[in-house]
Amino acid sequence: MKPSAFVHHEPQTLKEALQTLSEVSDQEGRILAGGQTLIAAMALRLARPSHLVDINLIPELRVLEVQGEHLVIGATVRHSAFHQNVVDGPLGKLLCTVVKHIAHWPIRMRGTFCGSLANADPASEWCLVATTLEADLVLQSIRGERKLKAQEFFLGYLTTAMESDEILVAAHLPIPKPNTHFGFFEYSMRAGDFAKAMALVSYELDSGVMKNVKIGVGAVEGSARRMGEAEVALELKSPTPEHFAKAAELASLHALVSEADEEDNLYKRELVQTVVLRALDQSLLRT
Amino acid sequence: MNKREITLNVNDLDYSVRVESRRTLLDALRDDCGLSGTHSGCEHGVCGACTVIVNGEPVRSCLMFAVQAVNAKIRTVEGLSNGPALNPLQQAFSEHHALQCGFCTPGFLMLATSLLEQDPFISDEALLDALSSNLCRCTGYDTILSAIRSARDHAKGSLT
Repeated sequence: MKPSAFVHHEPQTLKEALQTLSEVSDQEGRILAGGQTLIAAMALRLARPSHLVDINLIPELRVLEVQGEHLVIGATVRHSAFHQNVVDGPLGKLLCTVVKHIAHWPIRMRGTFCGSLANADPASEWCLVATTLEADLVLQSIRGERKLKAQEFFLGYLTTAMESDEILVAAHLPIPKPNTHFGFFEYSMRAGDFAKAMALVSYELDSGVMKNVKIGVGAVEGSARRMGEAEVALELKSPTPEHFAKAAELASLHALVSEADEEDNLYKRELVQTVVLRALDQSLLRT
Repeated sequence: MNKREITLNVNDLDYSVRVESRRTLLDALRDDCGLSGTHSGCEHGVCGACTVIVNGEPVRSCLMFAVQAVNAKIRTVEGLSNGPALNPLQQAFSEHHALQCGFCTPGFLMLATSLLEQDPFISDEALLDALSSNLCRCTGYDTILSAIRSARDHAKGSLT
């Protein structure tokens, strides 16, 4: 199938992009960044935007650098940027691990980090990263700028708090302490396919106990979500198989599964338990 | 229909074409530039048959608009061989029976070309992972893999 007709806008600056977007946003104007979801949706006529504001030529949106306590990821930073360590320490390694699960090599050449967040697919790895690690998301429009926590940004299945005239200009990921351990595990049916379930865990290992424990689960509910009960169960505990097993059990118990029948719900719960446990196991393998 | 006059640089040749903004790079290559070596499979980014190299990187030409490829260096399967002489990768595909119907072949050739250019020493494991991007319905994956491995090892021999 072929995409329906649209007007292609190529602003050279962010200011120009925001102005154009504000003029076309009520006529189904959309942002075009990597396009690896949008253009496929357009080919299937699931999306029929009348205007596309192409932000690929705007230099300031390509920023990828540490600013203070955060790694700043601009709107057009491609997935493939994370094939290499972009920041020293555990965060760079984590992003390097996670990116390999995103679609396939050629898709990662064009698809963007922020585009994944704006699309808010429940199976998006970057949405899980942003939610679990408490990213700040910077939105701009001609009306001004606002910063939202990931938890405020994601509202559910393919739904965000973004207004139609806003651009997600950057995501700010907090730089973790050097003693932070990360673990990530994803289960999908085929290489590069959408996740069936995935988990990201993070904690600081201090004098043999875990502090500031974060456990996020994705691809199970409408949005990725932190599993508070499992986190509390590990706080100030040692990273032992028994504690990990208990946390995985709690995450599974508290996951809000909503499949069509009970058997599928049971399957999803077992998957949650498995991915959380394996993510926790992974956390001890790399630092 | 609003058409725009653009120039696409494909295999070091400039093509002046008039396209609508909704024209994918894939359709522009095939129907406007007359370069039908790039194949159109699923048209929504799943199969990889339309893989071309844009500014040194492999991309799905069905997931990019032609108007986005202005000022880019585009390479397609037509640019691989020198006249009738196959290049070493194409020769390896022939020798290893890495194609049956041939529909997926241009996509695999362009993907492999860019993988070997980015890392001439790419490991078997990394190669297998990257190749999972493209579909072959004649189930020729083993022979495709051995052809690319052989091209890699052959080139490595001349590099070391």
